[in-house]
Amino acid sequence: MKRPVSMAFATAGALLLQGCAGWQSVLDPKGPAASEQAWLIWFFTGLCAVVWVLVMIALAAPLMMRSRAQAEPLAIDAGAEGRKLRVVLTAVAVTAAILIGLTLLSFFANRTLAAIGSDASLTIRVTGHQWWWEVRYEDATPSRILTTANEIHIPAGEPVRLLLTSTDVIHSFWIPSLSGKLDLIPGHINVLDIKADKPGVYRGQCAEFCGAQHANMGTFIIAEPRAKFDAWWNDQLQPAVAPAGDEAKAGEDLFLRRPCVMCHRIGGTPAGGTVAPDLTHIASRKTLAAGTLTMSRGNLAAWIADPQGVKPGSHMPVVDLDGDELNAIVAYLEGLK
Amino acid sequence: MIRRVAVLVSATLVLAACQREERDTRPQSALGSGEQPTPVTTLEPGGERPFHTDNKAASFEANAFHMSEGKRLFSWFNCSGCHANGGGGMGPALMDEKWIYGSSMESIHATIRDGRPNGMPSFRDKIPDDQIWELAAYVRSLSGNAPSSAAPQRNDDMMVHPSENRMPDAATLGKSP
Repeated sequence: MKRPVSMAFATAGALLLQGCAGWQSVLDPKGPAASEQAWLIWFFTGLCAVVWVLVMIALAAPLMMRSRAQAEPLAIDAGAEGRKLRVVLTAVAVTAAILIGLTLLSFFANRTLAAIGSDASLTIRVTGHQWWWEVRYEDATPSRILTTANEIHIPAGEPVRLLLTSTDVIHSFWIPSLSGKLDLIPGHINVLDIKADKPGVYRGQCAEFCGAQHANMGTFIIAEPRAKFDAWWNDQLQPAVAPAGDEAKAGEDLFLRRPCVMCHRIGGTPAGGTVAPDLTHIASRKTLAAGTLTMSRGNLAAWIADPQGVKPGSHMPVVDLDGDELNAIVAYLEGLK
Repeated sequence: MIRRVAVLVSATLVLAACQREERDTRPQSALGSGEQPTPVTTLEPGGERPFHTDNKAASFEANAFHMSEGKRLFSWFNCSGCHANGGGGMGPALMDEKWIYGSSMESIHATIRDGRPNGMPSFRDKIPDDQIWELAAYVRSLSGNAPSSAAPQRNDDMMVHPSENRMPDAATLGKSP
């Protein structure tokens, strides 16, 4: 009986610890802001644990000790009273010192966080929608402004300034391994500076309940070396590639005739909707529907055929398409690298 | 005993409140396609032709979810470009009592789907049928033709007119009841 229980505890513990690693963990920092915060988390937890243990000992000790019977319970022993007073005063002073110390630590950590993006050369506007992220790369040259969705490419090792806002309800932008969370508020711009030390893919998640599909509102930060990032930006600025093959051509034609065109934009075609994700280079992204599905032909077809089954309540309606039409549209979108 | 039953009953009632609002987000083909002809006039030789109302019209007409979706689509598809926020501009006003082609759900649906002379474009194939019904239900709410318990209650942006559930019934506006 004892062994299975301890085995279960060990397994559960191991699984819980496992949750602290991986690409979406505060305790697995990959940037200066997250490192600062992870250090604070560990220090606060450690210090508070020590204080907790001391308090528990102080509480338990009198319970364990046998009290001596006193002849006169109300008699005051001045010496003992003075000792007790000194102990209490010392405890109060230590508590105050710890609280002030922790406040100072958190103040200086905040200063470090605020300094990260002071020399950021890249500004990205991230707009929250129910339930996806619009990502706009700002540039002084209007023709270099780039709009994409759900995936945020950044140069590794460089600070990046994010301007966060929303069009509908309050969302919250949270890439645990790079930074703390910050709300996206309609009609207001919040500024978050992030920096990834090394190239890599870091997953993020909306962290403020925003409606039915809040759980399926993921995002990815993709940190790349500067040269690769610049090449990516230039690629994304190009209009969509022309459809190759008859099926894909038919797909483009259907895309422009059917409801797709009312909401989505595909650069280089008349499709210019701005209320849904930009699809100019959709096939170059890793996921579909804000991190809900991985990018593949099958998943594209599933998403278009039944968005309300994949992500119930999302604003993508079920469009009446027959099998051939669906295949054609998927063939077209699949080619939009 | 009575206390236990009371606790049990109230706990059941509280649990029942966890039932989520049902929302129709998938098209219901069983409810009709909206393809039936909608008469533009009641003048007809040989007496009026029988007119069958569309099943979808009834299920969308007073539904809060569909009306709020219609409100979102109204701005997404730029209906305001011509109709402003219902006050009218290049296109006719939608919050008054005048209906050039009739005030029924079926008529508004036909107007959006097939367009009308002098500027109303046809959205056939560009808006899925259910979304057209949602727009039609919302358009009716602009002139107070929707139950105030179901019509949208707030705007996400600055209010240009009272929220739809407080819109006066345009047909009786300014007249004593």
